[in-house]
Amino acid sequence: MSIGHTLLGLLESGPRHGYDLKRAFDEKFGHDRPLHYGQVYSTMSRLLKNGLVEVDGIEAGGGPERKRYAITDAGITDVAQWLATPEKPEPYLQSTLYTKIVLALLTNRDAADILDTQRSEHLRSMRILTDRKRKGDLADQLICDHALFHLEADLRWLELAAARLDKLKAAMHA
Amino acid sequence: MNAPGGSLLVAEDVRKAYGPTMALDGAEFSIHPGEVVAVMGPSGSGKSTLLHCLAGIVTPDSGSIMYNGRDLATMSDAQRSQLRRSEFGFVFQFGQLVPELTCVENVALPLRLNGTPRKQAERTALDWMQRLEVDDLGRKRPGEVSGGQGQRVAVARSLVTNPRVLFADEPTGALDSLNGERVMELLTEAARTANAAVVLVTHEARVAAYSDREIVVRDGKSRDMERVI
Repeated sequence: MSIGHTLLGLLESGPRHGYDLKRAFDEKFGHDRPLHYGQVYSTMSRLLKNGLVEVDGIEAGGGPERKRYAITDAGITDVAQWLATPEKPEPYLQSTLYTKIVLALLTNRDAADILDTQRSEHLRSMRILTDRKRKGDLADQLICDHALFHLEADLRWLELAAARLDKLKAAMHA
Repeated sequence: MNAPGGSLLVAEDVRKAYGPTMALDGAEFSIHPGEVVAVMGPSGSGKSTLLHCLAGIVTPDSGSIMYNGRDLATMSDAQRSQLRRSEFGFVFQFGQLVPELTCVENVALPLRLNGTPRKQAERTALDWMQRLEVDDLGRKRPGEVSGGQGQRVAVARSLVTNPRVLFADEPTGALDSLNGERVMELLTEAARTANAAVVLVTHEARVAAYSDREIVVRDGKSRDMERVI
């Protein structure tokens, strides 16, 4: 999972301090592995250097933890590009997809777009596996089936997540 | 949309409302001979309405459906029926075989409706049943065969007139994985050999993986994923 993009996405709803970012990240995405403060600050200084965030204010007392960061226009474009780029289908992809879907909701983007793009990328792999299965022997069939069912499971989860988010969105705007 | 050259069936800016519900809201579609295109999307997104419009079963409120250079809207009902009988084939999820007829009579039915003599129609039917590996079921009635076998009989029937477009709406929806896979293999292989185009409506990714490309229908709008990426 890209910590940089995730922190950027969290900043889209408004400027935050480093410790605030860490808390939001841990709460939404870091159940198993909370971020270290060091990771937050090294990531933020990289984003700062690349012009994706800017310092919005510094509280008295100094020190990096007192900096308040805001996302720049370039940062917003970067998040949008990341969300729109499908992930390479592979096992244990779910956590990145989960992050993307939640971020799409938090930043009011369309989760269905992410789903469609990802489905297309998955189908590309699934077509190759299906073709290999058709031409192959029993061992090929078994191994391709295993991969196909796992890829399909990713998509089914994504579809369900997108449907739930649509329902939630509709309720929010009702 | 500029349909790619050589398209057999093209829909442009198709709209269709059922009362206040907009089933299709500017949908686009195109398919080449020999191509298998999956139509995907959530329930109620408009996939089946798109298929029915493409097949001339439902008339759109606006937009155009061109088959082989002819606008379906300018054809009479009789001409559209004739088109469906001779140029199009259909496979649905279930309930498509006539229970009173034997399997071979079911497969021969479209030919008989087009005026082919019984013996000749049944000979061609048996030939298709052989390709779908169900020629031993000829004298049985649909109630006496399994779901997977019945679906293969239905696929044989859909291809018996050598259609140029095969419309398949969730063709494996009622089958287990192994039977579904075999039906998809046989269906796509038979269609490709005959250079027929296949419009495959499905919500299952493993079924869509038998296609060459997919379009997604959502809220009545279509998205051609090949052109997006």
